[in-house]
Amino acid sequence: MINSDFYRIDELLTDEQRLIQQTVREFTDREVKPIMEDYAQRAEFPRHLVRKFGEVGVFGSTLPAEYGGGGSDYISYGLICQEIERGDSGMRSTVSVQSSLVMWPIYQFGSDEQKQKYLPRLATGELLGSFGLTEPDFGSNPAGMKTHFTDEGDYYLLNGSKMWISNSPIADLAVVWARNEQGRVQGLLVERGMEGFTTPEIHNKWSLRTSATGELVFDQVKVPKDNLLPHAMGLTAPLQCLDNARYGISWGAIGAAIDCYETAVRYAGERIQFDKPIGAFQLTQKKLAEMLTEITKAQLLSWRLGVLKNEGRATTAQISMAKRNNVDMALNIAREARQVLGGMGITGEYPIMRHMMNLESVITYEGTHDIHLLILGADITGIPAFK
Amino acid sequence: MKILVCITNVPDTTAKITFAESDTKLNKTGIQFIIGPYDDYALARAVELKEQNGGTVTVLNVGEAEGEPQIRKALAIGADDAIRVNAEPTDSYFVASQIAHIAQQNNYDLILMGRESIDFNSGVVHGLVGEMLGIPSFSPVMKLDIEGSTAKFAREIDGGKEYMEAPLPLVFGCQEPIADWKIPNMRGIMTARTKPLQVVEPVAVDDMAINEKYTQPAAKGECKMIPVEDVEKLVTLLRTEAKVL
Repeated sequence: MINSDFYRIDELLTDEQRLIQQTVREFTDREVKPIMEDYAQRAEFPRHLVRKFGEVGVFGSTLPAEYGGGGSDYISYGLICQEIERGDSGMRSTVSVQSSLVMWPIYQFGSDEQKQKYLPRLATGELLGSFGLTEPDFGSNPAGMKTHFTDEGDYYLLNGSKMWISNSPIADLAVVWARNEQGRVQGLLVERGMEGFTTPEIHNKWSLRTSATGELVFDQVKVPKDNLLPHAMGLTAPLQCLDNARYGISWGAIGAAIDCYETAVRYAGERIQFDKPIGAFQLTQKKLAEMLTEITKAQLLSWRLGVLKNEGRATTAQISMAKRNNVDMALNIAREARQVLGGMGITGEYPIMRHMMNLESVITYEGTHDIHLLILGADITGIPAFK
Repeated sequence: MKILVCITNVPDTTAKITFAESDTKLNKTGIQFIIGPYDDYALARAVELKEQNGGTVTVLNVGEAEGEPQIRKALAIGADDAIRVNAEPTDSYFVASQIAHIAQQNNYDLILMGRESIDFNSGVVHGLVGEMLGIPSFSPVMKLDIEGSTAKFAREIDGGKEYMEAPLPLVFGCQEPIADWKIPNMRGIMTARTKPLQVVEPVAVDDMAINEKYTQPAAKGECKMIPVEDVEKLVTLLRTEAKVL
């Protein structure tokens, strides 16, 4: 058994957190890992897993049980992300979007009726959601968004479009951020089937091939007034959602890194060159030792961030540091692991190349690598460099 | 229907086993413990039977406090309550006596456990419990249905399967494919913390066996390749070196 918990982070967890981790690991080993390569090669979203994710309870795990949530803490949520991303970043993305970007804003900013109507069905996977913030011309700069709605008395009239939206082609529901007539950003719940609402898929991705990505297009969509999130006003609301999702990503990336590391260790022990396993060579050992060091540092970073998050003290800049560091760490480990595996590393026989290609998206979405650097820079100097 | 599921707290199947205290104890350092895999099948079937027929599932573990995470997992999977007999499970007779003592107080319709634990692998506890309670026991049971107060079940025997019916109460040692292992869900894990876990002290039982010493199996030797035409050499080696003829 390969030990990827070198500093016994395990001992920092509660019995419950450990059980959640073991449970999701078992789920990933049983339901996710065996089918990922096939779905990735065919660039297909394994739709049947949505219900299974619901059954095991990973959607909205931090929300209260009365809305179908698990009532767990944020370290548990992080561990869920980590264990699912050991399988595939696309599957973790599905869980992140549903939990942090769809269920959380409905819980945080929604009316009681909206919570009752949507949250239990999102928790079971009966409904799948998506989150519309990024636009074709406004990625790192969401404040420039053009999507807007007007009050037409009986309904709101929504126009605009969103781009790079995970789950969009298959989602039943979209949490859409748009400007009101006063120019303030508010959230609307747009359901599939509303007239004028379409979700074209983005094809030919070399990354996150198990996850469906697309656009949300609103052409004179009449959104019932009951579908406005009443307690969200201003860009801070969607940015708070992103804080939660990015926090989960910081843990998720560790999962991808661990899967690459463990694959590389196994391969280094089996592959014989010059009459001995390649793991006997110093350059391979250097790679493996550095991988384990980086994984351990990332684990400690995320665990501490989880403690702060549970105490309600995790800041946006702290989350940026963890997301940025851990995704970069995972991508570097994927590349190094690919080298350990030589030619086999590029094949679908091993998960390395899939993780590597996935992580190229993860390092860009939910705040790019550079933007997180600038969030930290602004936190250090008090001077935002991106405005 | 009242079901008792007895679970063991055993090292993970992939754990590297070493010994401590002059080879008289298992070295538990760094070892991850799990519910015995055969017990896990018994638990899964018990939860299914409860879902189909109603009733309760109680989990029983004879073991020390370190096994409580496994008991909580069993509660998260669907058991209603749990009892831990606070003692080191030293030998089969001791464990069976504790189980029988608990069972005598509670009138269970079904007592399920794995066909054997995967640490000591004695595989006799179900038989002993049946004998102590004066009710029939069967093992290894791989299929189990309950109709009213009758159990219909299949058991693996040499060369095939044996299909039987018997009136409850019964004791079963279970194995796959009696049910698929169950993974708890998040809500189960969170509710498990509030389910009752009763800790009771063991009844006094004379030691029937003492473990004197453990040893590792001999390391795998070099593989000797004997050419097909040299059968005589093979027979000689099997006789003199391997000593199996």
